[in-house]
Amino acid sequence: MPEPSRPARAHTRRTVLKSTAVTAAGTAFLPAVARAEPTALSRGTIAPGESAEITLSVNGRDRVVAVEPRVTLLDALRERLGLTGTKKGCDRGECGACTVLVDGERVKSCLTLAVMRQGSDITTVEGLADGDRLHPVQEAFIRHDAFQCGACTSGQVMSAVACIREGHAGTEAEIREWMSGNLCRCACYQNIVAAVADAAREVRR
Amino acid sequence: MKAFGYSQVREPAEAVRAARQTPGAAFIAGGTDLLNLMRDGAQHHDHLVDINHLDLASVADSSKGLRIGGLARMRHVAEHRSVRERYPVLAEALEASASPQVRNMATIGGNLLQRTRCGYFRDAASACNKRAPGSGCSALEGWNRGHAVLGGSEHCIATHPSDLAVALLALDAVVHLLGPDGPRQVPVDGFHLRPGNAPHVDTVLRPAELITAVEVPRPAARSRYLKLRDRATFEFAVVSIAAVVDLRGGRVRDVRLAFGGIGTTPWRSPEAEAVLRGAPLTVDAIERAGRALVRDAVPRQHNGFKVELVQRALVELLSGWGGSR
Repeated sequence: MPEPSRPARAHTRRTVLKSTAVTAAGTAFLPAVARAEPTALSRGTIAPGESAEITLSVNGRDRVVAVEPRVTLLDALRERLGLTGTKKGCDRGECGACTVLVDGERVKSCLTLAVMRQGSDITTVEGLADGDRLHPVQEAFIRHDAFQCGACTSGQVMSAVACIREGHAGTEAEIREWMSGNLCRCACYQNIVAAVADAAREVRR
Repeated sequence: MKAFGYSQVREPAEAVRAARQTPGAAFIAGGTDLLNLMRDGAQHHDHLVDINHLDLASVADSSKGLRIGGLARMRHVAEHRSVRERYPVLAEALEASASPQVRNMATIGGNLLQRTRCGYFRDAASACNKRAPGSGCSALEGWNRGHAVLGGSEHCIATHPSDLAVALLALDAVVHLLGPDGPRQVPVDGFHLRPGNAPHVDTVLRPAELITAVEVPRPAARSRYLKLRDRATFEFAVVSIAAVVDLRGGRVRDVRLAFGGIGTTPWRSPEAEAVLRGAPLTVDAIERAGRALVRDAVPRQHNGFKVELVQRALVELLSGWGGSR
């Protein structure tokens, strides 16, 4: 029997996150808490509390995850697939840290259920770079020092990619309006706007 | 979130059937409001019927008017060329709503059905007749800066948060519904209900009824939306106005005015319209219309400023009408 009074080992936040990711990958994506047998889902019904195996297409790869209906896309990405680049900030659609692209459009992954996104193409910040070559928006964020703590950065970057693609990065005022769904508590807005404008010029070139 | 079941449907009739036959079921479309309501404990559903695969997302314009599918996303309606050209008040109201990410997700039907942002409604620990009928209203004597000055009752003074609904109200739009008893149509004017003695009932929607489309008659006049917020963007309205004004030779031939932020429902003001109809569009006439709008206003401790603000906003919006757009 383990001695409850003695902590086995001190974990830093980083090692905890890493081991979570490895566990998720090493156990065929089964969440540790899932008790019910996963059932196959073909537009069929999932009962409350029951998990079902669904396929999500993430960064060009089909990934099978077992989820309850109440699991958000954000939690499926982070906790089931180990893709922790997508951040959980407010978990209610107000901060934008969880922004990902679904079928090319930016969405807040905390406000959508994983089961609703079967058959969609999902792009997270992990899927942005081309091998070792960073995406122009990522390059621009580094060049302009467009972050401090980094918690909002992957959401800012994903939102900026879409903002530029939508054609909403023409002027500083336009960038500020169309990046308004992404908050930065360190208030790096000045540099974020500069980075988006710079990346937009580069993409247009 | 508490556990719930889930199913997908492909046909509107199948959706209605699934919602009717499954106890505790609700539809989920964009999910941008529903999931927060369920997180906050303001609503619970045992089952969600995913209607995102229904073929109800198209936007079509004809000489008769605009038909917007209930599942059209806010962004796609706002970007539609006909909407921008012929129904600018709609595009302006939509683009003044939420954030780009949410507008990519949220649907037109869901927008009309979104629930109040009253902090007491969203806080499961507070008394709220809208969330828990009979529990009381914390806003009446509480922090009510954001609350309604028109259309309230002794049970609820929460505002309806939709910008889109305000624009649709000024455009005389009609909501198309499909329910267990078949299809029916309800004008936007009358779709949302004042709290009265039953603040928990927001709209005339019946159980298992689905919004299939919204039809907007083509206006013969120009339209605009003005939204005033506590910050420049990504915020709900303190006060907003949708105006459709047919101006001929400086005189108002016809006018339709709807307001957000001041009423418990999207608020149409026949009184203000009557003052302006047939009159020259002068600041004096607009001010008289503003006074008619707020004649029955019941301000509370913190929201009295809205009574003045909405009148000034009306002057701001209409006095520039002859000029730009």
